[in-house]
Amino acid sequence: MDGLRRHKSMFLLPGLLTLLLIIVFPLLFTIRVSFSGWNVSNPEMDFVGGANYVKVLQDSRFWAANLRLVLLAGGTVLIQYLIGFGLALLVWRNVRARRLWRVLFLVPMMTTPVVMAAVWQMIFHESLGPVNDMLAKLGIAPVHWFTEAGPALAALMTVEIWQWTPFMFLLMLAGLLSLPKEPFLAAAIDGAGAWRTFWKVTFPLMAPVSVSAIIIRLIEASKLSDTVYVLTSGGPGSATESPGYYLYLRGLKEQQTGYAGSLSLTYLVLMVITLTIVAALLARAFKVPRQSSKAKEQ
Amino acid sequence: MNRKQLTKSLAVPVAVLAITVAGCSGSSGPEQKPDKPALFKPGSEISYAKYGKDYPTTKVKDVPGPCSYESISRKDYSGQTLKIISHAVPVIGEPTQLHARQFEEITGAKVEVVNVPFGELHQKILTPLQAGQPAYDVMFYPSLWIGDMAPYLVPVPKEYLDAPGMKDVTKAYLGVATWNGKVVQYPVDGDRHYLKIRTDVLADRKHQAAYLAATGKQLRAPQTWAEYQEIASFFGGKDVDGDGKPNFGSAEVTKRDDLVFSAFISRAAPYVKHPDVTGGVFFDVTTMQPLINTPGFVRALEDMVKAKSTWPAGGANFGLGDEIFSFGGGQALMSYSWDDAFIQAQQTDSRIRNRVAAAPLPGSAEVYNRNTRTWDKIQNQAPYFTWGWTSAVAKTARNQKMAFDYLCFFSNEANTALDLTIGRFGVNPYRNAHFDPGFWQAQGWSKDVATAYVNTLSGMEKSTNRVFDLRVPGVNEYMSSLANGVAAALAGQQTPQQALDAVAKEWTEITDRVGKDRVQEAYRNVVALEDNS
Repeated sequence: MDGLRRHKSMFLLPGLLTLLLIIVFPLLFTIRVSFSGWNVSNPEMDFVGGANYVKVLQDSRFWAANLRLVLLAGGTVLIQYLIGFGLALLVWRNVRARRLWRVLFLVPMMTTPVVMAAVWQMIFHESLGPVNDMLAKLGIAPVHWFTEAGPALAALMTVEIWQWTPFMFLLMLAGLLSLPKEPFLAAAIDGAGAWRTFWKVTFPLMAPVSVSAIIIRLIEASKLSDTVYVLTSGGPGSATESPGYYLYLRGLKEQQTGYAGSLSLTYLVLMVITLTIVAALLARAFKVPRQSSKAKEQ
Repeated sequence: MNRKQLTKSLAVPVAVLAITVAGCSGSSGPEQKPDKPALFKPGSEISYAKYGKDYPTTKVKDVPGPCSYESISRKDYSGQTLKIISHAVPVIGEPTQLHARQFEEITGAKVEVVNVPFGELHQKILTPLQAGQPAYDVMFYPSLWIGDMAPYLVPVPKEYLDAPGMKDVTKAYLGVATWNGKVVQYPVDGDRHYLKIRTDVLADRKHQAAYLAATGKQLRAPQTWAEYQEIASFFGGKDVDGDGKPNFGSAEVTKRDDLVFSAFISRAAPYVKHPDVTGGVFFDVTTMQPLINTPGFVRALEDMVKAKSTWPAGGANFGLGDEIFSFGGGQALMSYSWDDAFIQAQQTDSRIRNRVAAAPLPGSAEVYNRNTRTWDKIQNQAPYFTWGWTSAVAKTARNQKMAFDYLCFFSNEANTALDLTIGRFGVNPYRNAHFDPGFWQAQGWSKDVATAYVNTLSGMEKSTNRVFDLRVPGVNEYMSSLANGVAAALAGQQTPQQALDAVAKEWTEITDRVGKDRVQEAYRNVVALEDNS
C-alpha cells in the first residue's frame, strides 16, 4: 500500500510543483508586495505595514466598483442563464437544422472579446452608430450610450450578454442531453403537459448543472475588465469602472505596485467569500441534493 | 555517487556555463568597424516612394551633415543589433519602423523594433530600466515622462549636439529635452496645443452678419474661452457648411483615459498663468502645495462643463482620434489640441482643405493671481507646450554610438521634411527651419493657411508666458488623478470645485509617496522653463 501511495505521489509531484510555481509563488509575492510601498518612483520592496490596506478601506472608488460589479455580474449572468437555457431547450429536441442552430448560437463566444468590444463601440457610437440611427427612424431620441451613466452600463451589459450567453447555452445543452429519459417517459404516461414537465422534471433535474453554470459564469464575470477598457474606459466619470479595470489603472497604468497588490488581495478575498455564499444560496434555492459520503467515495 | 563521479558529473555543466559566460561577455562589447564608402552622394534626392504606395512620392534633398544619408551610410554596423521600443503604429511607431529599415539598409545593422500601445509604453520602458536590464537601446516616449526616465538616460554627446539639425531645434524644444542642465532626450517632434477653426464659416460674410445681428459682436477667431463658447453655441447643431449634416461648435478631447488632462490644461492656461507671478502653475514650487483646486483651474473646469452643449453627440467621450475625425472630417467648426486634426483637414482628399486656419489658443479677460488671491483684469494669453514624442538612449545600451547614430539619422533634415508631411506619423515642427510657409505651400497648402499655421506655431516660441507639462517623477499618477477629476465633473458626478479638491488631495498624497524633495527638485526644471529663468 505504501508503495502504491509513493507511486501516486510521484505522479502528482510534477503537477504540484507546477502549481507551486504558477500559483503559490506569485500569490506569496503579491502578499509581500502588498505590504510594500513599491511604486513607479520607488521600485523597492520596503515594508510599510498595513498602510496600503488602510488606504483600500478608505478608497471609495474601489468599493463603488465592487458594488457596480454586483449589478454587472449578477444582472448579466442571470439574463445569460435565462436566454442560454431557453435556447438550449429550443434546440434540445428535434427541430429543423438543429446542428446549424447549435453552431450559430456559439459564434459570439468564439470571437475575441476585445475585438467585439471595439465592434460594439461602433454599433453604439452616438453619432455614427446604427443603433441611434434605427432609434431615430422609430422616432426615438438618440441615446447617449457612452456619455450618461445608465446607458453606458446598459451598453456594457448588452455586450457581455451577447458575448457570453453562448457559453451558458453550451453548458445547459450539455446538461439537457445528459438527462435520463425515464422521468420524461413517466411524466408523459402521467399526462403531464410541456409546462408541467418543465417545472416538475426538467428544471429540478437541471438544478446541479444550473448552479455550476451560474457559478462558473459569475467567476468569469467578476474578472470583467477588457470590455470596459475598450468600450467605455470606465466612463463617463467612473460610472462603468469594474474592480478589474480599476486594478489595471492603479497597478499597470499608474504602476502603484504595492497598493495594487493590496487591492487585488482584498478583491480576491471578497470574491472567494461572496462566491462561496452565492454558491450555497443557489444550491439551496435550486434544491440541489447534497452528495452523500458514499457517493463521494465512489 | 562517490566524490569522483560527482566531480565528473558537475564538470560538464560547469564547463558549458563557463564557455557560455565567456561567449556572452565577449559579444557584449560594441564592435567599431572602419567607415565604408558612402552609398549616397551629397545632396542626393530622398523619397519614401519605394517603400510602398502608402507613402507620398515627395522628393527632398539630402542635407549634408553628420546625420545625412551620405554620412550615416559610411558607417558599418554589420553584425550588430539595435533594440528599439516605440509607440504602436502609425503615430511615431511607423516612422520608427521605416527609419529602422532604412538604417539597416545603409549601415548593415540589424534593428529590432517593438511597438507597444500607449497604455503600456511607460511600464514596458521603465520596468527594465529600473531593473538594470538592457532590454532596449533606444526608446521613443512622450516627453513629459522625463522625470521618471532621466536617471536612466545617456546625455546626448557633444558631437550630436553640434550637428546643424540639433542646433536648429527651437529653444523651447531643446529646453523640453533638457534635465538638470543636460540634454538627455533627443528631439524628434514638437508639440503644442493651438486653436483650429473653419474659415469657410468664421470668415464668411453671411455668417459674420448673422452672428453680429444675433449677438452684437464680431465673428472672428475667438480670443478668449468665453468668446469660444459663444461662437460654438451659436453655430451648434446647424448645417452651416451646406453638406446636409449638422455642424457642431467644438470638438474636444474629453475621454478620461485618453488625454483629457492635456485638453483641460489648455483651457486652464490663461486663467492660471499670470505673467507677473512666478514659481509654478501646478504647485507652489517653494512649498509644493498643489494649486490645482485654485480658482483659475476651477473656472476652466466650469467652462469645460458648460461647453458640453456645443459638442457633437458622444462628444463627452471623445478621445484624440474622435477629435481628429470630428474637426478634420468637417463636423466640428473649432477644436484645439495637437496638430493632427489640422493636418487631417489639410490632407489632399479632405473636403475642408484650405478652408481652415490655425490660431493661438484662446486666452482670458482676467487671470487669477495666487499671490494676492484676486482676479486681475488683464487680457491674458498663455500658450501650452504640451507633450510630444521624444527619444533617448538608455545607459544600458550596448552600442551607444550606433543608438545615437540611429536617432541622428531618424531626425535628419531630409527625413524630418518628409515625416512632417505624413499626418499619421505624429511628427510636428520643432526646428526653426520648419517655420517656413513656403515648405507648407509646396505641400499644396494655400498661402493664407500656411502663413497662419507657421505664425501660430512660431508665435508660441516668442511668448514669455507659457505653460509646460508637469514633468516630474510619477507624472502618470498626477495626470491620471487630474483626468479622473475632470471626468467626474464632466459626468456630473461632482462639481468642478469638489472634483479638483479631490485631485489636490490626491496630488498631496502622490507627492508624499514619491518624495517631496524629489518632486520639488524635478518641478524646479519645469518652473525654470515657464519663468524663462
